[in-house]
Amino acid sequence: MSKAVYVATTMVAPRRAPVRMPGAWGFVRTRLLNSPTNILLTFACALLLWFTVIPTVKFLLVDAVWQGSDRNACLPETVGWPVGACWPFIQAKFSQFIYGFYPEAERWRVDTTFLLGALLLAPLLVPQLPAKAANAALFFIAFPVVAFVLLHGGYGGLTVVPTRLWGGMLVTLVVAITGIVASMPIGIALALGRRSSIPLIRFSCIAFIEFWRGVPLITVLFFATYMLPLFLPGNFTVDGLVRVLIGVALFAGAYNAEVIRGGLQAIPRGQAEAASALGLSWWRTTRLVVLPQALRHVIPGLVNSFIALLKDTSLVSIVALFDLLGQLRAAFADPAWSSPSTLFTGFAFTGIIYFVLCFGMSRYSLFVERRLNAHRRS
Amino acid sequence: MSVNPIVGIAGLNKWFGEFHVLRDIDLAVGTGERIVICGPSGSGKSTLIRCINALEEFQEGRITVDGIELGPNLQRVDDIRREVGMVFQSFNLFPHLTVLENCTLAPIFVRHMSKKDAEAAAMQYLERVRIPDKARSYPGQLSGGQQQRVAIARALTMNPKVMLFDEPTSALDPEMVKEVLDTMVDLAGEGMTMLVVTHEMGFARQVANRVVFMDSGQIIEVNKPEPFFDHPQHERTKLFLGQILR
Repeated sequence: MSKAVYVATTMVAPRRAPVRMPGAWGFVRTRLLNSPTNILLTFACALLLWFTVIPTVKFLLVDAVWQGSDRNACLPETVGWPVGACWPFIQAKFSQFIYGFYPEAERWRVDTTFLLGALLLAPLLVPQLPAKAANAALFFIAFPVVAFVLLHGGYGGLTVVPTRLWGGMLVTLVVAITGIVASMPIGIALALGRRSSIPLIRFSCIAFIEFWRGVPLITVLFFATYMLPLFLPGNFTVDGLVRVLIGVALFAGAYNAEVIRGGLQAIPRGQAEAASALGLSWWRTTRLVVLPQALRHVIPGLVNSFIALLKDTSLVSIVALFDLLGQLRAAFADPAWSSPSTLFTGFAFTGIIYFVLCFGMSRYSLFVERRLNAHRRS
Repeated sequence: MSVNPIVGIAGLNKWFGEFHVLRDIDLAVGTGERIVICGPSGSGKSTLIRCINALEEFQEGRITVDGIELGPNLQRVDDIRREVGMVFQSFNLFPHLTVLENCTLAPIFVRHMSKKDAEAAAMQYLERVRIPDKARSYPGQLSGGQQQRVAIARALTMNPKVMLFDEPTSALDPEMVKEVLDTMVDLAGEGMTMLVVTHEMGFARQVANRVVFMDSGQIIEVNKPEPFFDHPQHERTKLFLGQILR
């Protein structure tokens, strides 16, 4: 019993925390099998894993066919067992998945562009490397121009490859990267505009955001591809892919705007007031104090919409652009490779590619988050 | 009244919507003078000092700082803000920047100093508030008292002629109030013109040249600290002091 009046006579020295039950068996006993309900749950989860992982591995690896030159290699009748994945199909169509109908003799131009992009992007993603400003300028300003000249041609003796011949991974990456990069400044401008105290700016931003968010992406793509040319004067045309790129960027920009606005709202008013009191202009306050904090808050939301955008690029196949998934469906039509597992193999392959891209983005964003939020760890 | 006012407020009136928050305020502050403003919450004291560096608009009256007139439309807000430093109740340090970066942001982007000069100057001010060892820390790693001292240093880096303090110790743990008040006493000793909204009556007695008591958006009583605390004139002042000095 504690006394009513007490004066401490000794100071309690800090002791080590009690040791938890160690090892894998300790974990299993204390976390997985420590009550009847948990035993049941553990058992159910184990069963679920058993019934999903085993068939997947069986299909992709064990029962798969690895070599062959046409559909016969993947028919159960010729192989003698129920065939899993038909990998020769992917091998045969691989270059189509990457380049689409880009002329074979000119494919080095696509490879060069991929390589150049990777060489410029990789150092940009590693925070420790120097010269970020120059690197960013090269990637965001110089690279798009070089990439367009290389891919499209028509300059310096390069033959023109019209964009309707582009396809596969090339189109997917062009649409996704352009969409992600171009939607950021659009989103920031719209988010700031929507919070403007000037009614004209505020209302036009609200109208713009609500319009683009309210319309399905498919409608946007359709309109950009088939309706817009009808409204434009006779011989004035904008390339089909460019129209799609603009549509995707504006669409994604409207979504980003609302994500970024959420971040702006999370910044206490005192931050902008303190910056103003120091004599910083509205632009500097926004650029140096408000935006850096707001964007850090919304990295998860932004990455969410980037990932959604990457996967939504597959919708361009609706307007006769053959992205990775469109190219895959074109490959299904080839009678030389029609077999019971062709369809599953194709979707498994593209699924893995999309997953690797999206998972990579997700992991990288976590890394950036941890780095930029160093100040929140005290 | 001082012969040479550095801050002049005349006929100041402000409304929040229909609410008349500042009513016919007249106040002249001499160079080097220390004014403590006190009063019940909602009396308009924070709003008053926020008008001086144009964080709030006002509808009637005029404010001059060092001869620069800030009209009701805040035409010369940038010029005024360069002359006036402000310290907030909730510190408002920039959490994504280190202490040093907090103190060099405005000198670099407003005064166009080089990064090296700005850092050297910032370190001097951080030494003045006795916290140079925290220059590379982030605000979130500092105690409240340390943060408020950094906020004072940050305001000083712009070489203001006037410093405004909006309840600088109200958000602090009791044990940290003193270190901030000591810093402010030092600043007063160096001859800085200060307008301080505070309920620290000990500080007011020790440092203030005059105490301004406000209620319902108007100035009720202005006097030197001794007579203000010992012989308040207005009934409202007596009531207020009776409440806080039990």
